[in-house]
Amino acid sequence: MPLYHDDDQAMLAESANQFMAEEGAIAKQLRHWRDRDCKDGFGHGLWEQFGEMGFNGILVDEADGGLGMGHVEAGIVLEEIGRNLTPSPFLTSSVLAATALKHGSDDLRGRYLPGLVEGKSVFAVAVDEGPKHRPETITCKAERSGNGFKLSGQKDFVVQGASADMLVVAARTSGSDSDEQGITLFAVPRDAAGMSHDAVRLVDSSMATHTKFDGVELDGDAVIGEVDNGRAILNAMLDAGRVGSAAEGVGVARGAMDMTVDYLKQRKQFGTLIGEFQALQHRAAHLYSEVEIARAAVIKAQQLLDAGSERASLMASVAKAKVAKTAGLAVREGVQMHGGIGMTDEYDIGLYMKRDRALQEFLGDAYYHAGRVAELSGY
Amino acid sequence: MSELEKFRQETRNWLEANCPPEMREPVRDEDDVYWGGRKASFKNDTQKAWFEACVEKGYTVPAWPKEYGGAGLNPAEAKILREEMSAIGARPPLSSFGIWMLGPALLHFGTEGQKQRFLNEIARGEIRWCQGYSEPGSGSDLVSLQTFGEDKGDHWTVNGQKVWTSYADKADWIFCLVRTDKNDKYRGITFMLFDMETAGVSTKPILLISGNSPFCETFFDDVDVPKSYGEDVPAYVGEINRGWDVAKYLLGHEREMISGADGGDRTSAIGAALKRQAGELDPVLRAELAMFDVDALAYSAMGEKFLDEIKVGKSHPAQPNMMKYAGTELNKRRHELMMSAGGSRALEWDSEETGGGKTSRNWLRTKANSIEGGTSEVMLNVISKRILELPGG
Repeated sequence: MPLYHDDDQAMLAESANQFMAEEGAIAKQLRHWRDRDCKDGFGHGLWEQFGEMGFNGILVDEADGGLGMGHVEAGIVLEEIGRNLTPSPFLTSSVLAATALKHGSDDLRGRYLPGLVEGKSVFAVAVDEGPKHRPETITCKAERSGNGFKLSGQKDFVVQGASADMLVVAARTSGSDSDEQGITLFAVPRDAAGMSHDAVRLVDSSMATHTKFDGVELDGDAVIGEVDNGRAILNAMLDAGRVGSAAEGVGVARGAMDMTVDYLKQRKQFGTLIGEFQALQHRAAHLYSEVEIARAAVIKAQQLLDAGSERASLMASVAKAKVAKTAGLAVREGVQMHGGIGMTDEYDIGLYMKRDRALQEFLGDAYYHAGRVAELSGY
Repeated sequence: MSELEKFRQETRNWLEANCPPEMREPVRDEDDVYWGGRKASFKNDTQKAWFEACVEKGYTVPAWPKEYGGAGLNPAEAKILREEMSAIGARPPLSSFGIWMLGPALLHFGTEGQKQRFLNEIARGEIRWCQGYSEPGSGSDLVSLQTFGEDKGDHWTVNGQKVWTSYADKADWIFCLVRTDKNDKYRGITFMLFDMETAGVSTKPILLISGNSPFCETFFDDVDVPKSYGEDVPAYVGEINRGWDVAKYLLGHEREMISGADGGDRTSAIGAALKRQAGELDPVLRAELAMFDVDALAYSAMGEKFLDEIKVGKSHPAQPNMMKYAGTELNKRRHELMMSAGGSRALEWDSEETGGGKTSRNWLRTKANSIEGGTSEVMLNVISKRILELPGG
């Protein structure tokens, strides 16, 4: 398969681009909700519009009311989200939770997917424990209790946890903390007794929670997939989320780069456009190369995921690490080349820097994923 | 079975029958590579057999039309052949600047007579070409070149000097940029073709930091170059005084080639191989290798995307400059890490164990990657002007 968008994908990209630039624009969404100290950090109206556009069901099978498309298509929407810094529950709900729910029972899919597709439901994923992404170790416990389970422990960096109608929770049902096996995924509804959220606003003004489970009682039918065999579903969900987050990161990088290159063409100092200075031209050109390469890595990872290739996990980590480094470069260069006004809240470039930082951390930073590349390569 | 699947199967069978096992071993020494030409000799009979089988089939230049010595493969078939050859580790049957550089220029700008003669000679490995571009005073600023051809009616008399002429001492003919109008910088250069045995041509190898001498200085002292070699075979490509158009076209090709966009060693991950070789890796070196592998695997994807896009004309015309910049900088980093992982063994200059200092000599060789064919700094200039459209000179 060639590594560029086919005609249908190019059409989707065009409509996503237009929609996000109009409806998802920074002034209309990010700044709007931030300046009102919104407890969700995003607008439910826009989320329903996502539903009307058909975005939310991209990864949902047609039999479940979705579009049955793949990660390339989801990535197209995410890149536009990144470019416009559009706050939405798309990544957690339509990519991560939707990937996990593919493995869920008819009952679970019927309960949750219609709301997702319409943009009426929001989902979150609770995987991390502690401030770094280390899903190899899971201590949150779900013990058998009657016909169901009793969930105890704490999860951190649960993005949009307090806004979510359902949380996909990775918990240990057997074995010790770092065992590969013995993991089970649960779909925990928002009104579950014993679940409490400590909501925190993050640097990019998105919302996350430290979520406590204090003997939360769950029915057996809350299990996604099989008891004790959740690791494969967890990995599939994480890889999908990583590649999705990398696609969003490419959008952030491109948005920051475009804004910066435009600025170089307008700003005059020493009687000349600063874009004429070779010191800045070379840095901008280097950034362009890195962004192009990162974008290629992301498309490759998306295609491998869609093809079910055994190399998909490796390439997911390559994409996540490459994008984290590249988008980081884009926003740092962006702020520096904007000079003093790059430090002001009035200009958008700083918003890109903040979003990039949060995205880098989400589902593993460049260091985590470079380490994973080494491990998967056998060194 | 689709046409392409059928082609793949046929190709596999043909390679199985015609590529001798020795020709599937990695290239170890310089004479493992066959360059062709009047002075060439084969290292052994298997090299000769593999070369001759490929000439017969048109596989020395598979994508060229059949009438010019190629196999007339379309891009998809050519890709399959590349993949199948790479799968068994088949060596290229013939390497030459005729294939990589002059050939594409002639296919694009040449007359029918030039194509018939020169392309067939290249495909059959009969003539080995070298490239006369750079001069002592014209490196990055190539268009300022001074080698001058004085118009003498039916011929030019050429005087001047070229430098960095790859393998000029082994080449039969040269394609050469010569100034033919001193009053027009860009439209005063002619892309000439002539025999290196012409009176007045001399070469002198340049010893490099790697201890090798793949490049020469080439001197032209009253060299008479005829304007024509027969009917429809002019001694220049394109038009007189419009050689810069040909040169620019070829630089794009050269940059693409140096970028390593078509995969292979230059862009592959290295961490696992170096770990096997070194036994144990310092944790900080391991981390550097991991970051390198991320960049290398991402760049491989870029190479694939770049070639896919070129095929359908989706690529920005200046994109080869980006590929050349990123690919060569990556390759330099790669060899720095190979030196570090190799430790003191990698420092050995001529020991048998290191194949005569392969690691260190290759490391030094890669330093030229970001200089030859346009420096990294020139590439960044081109990207900022042509792709980002930043202002100024």
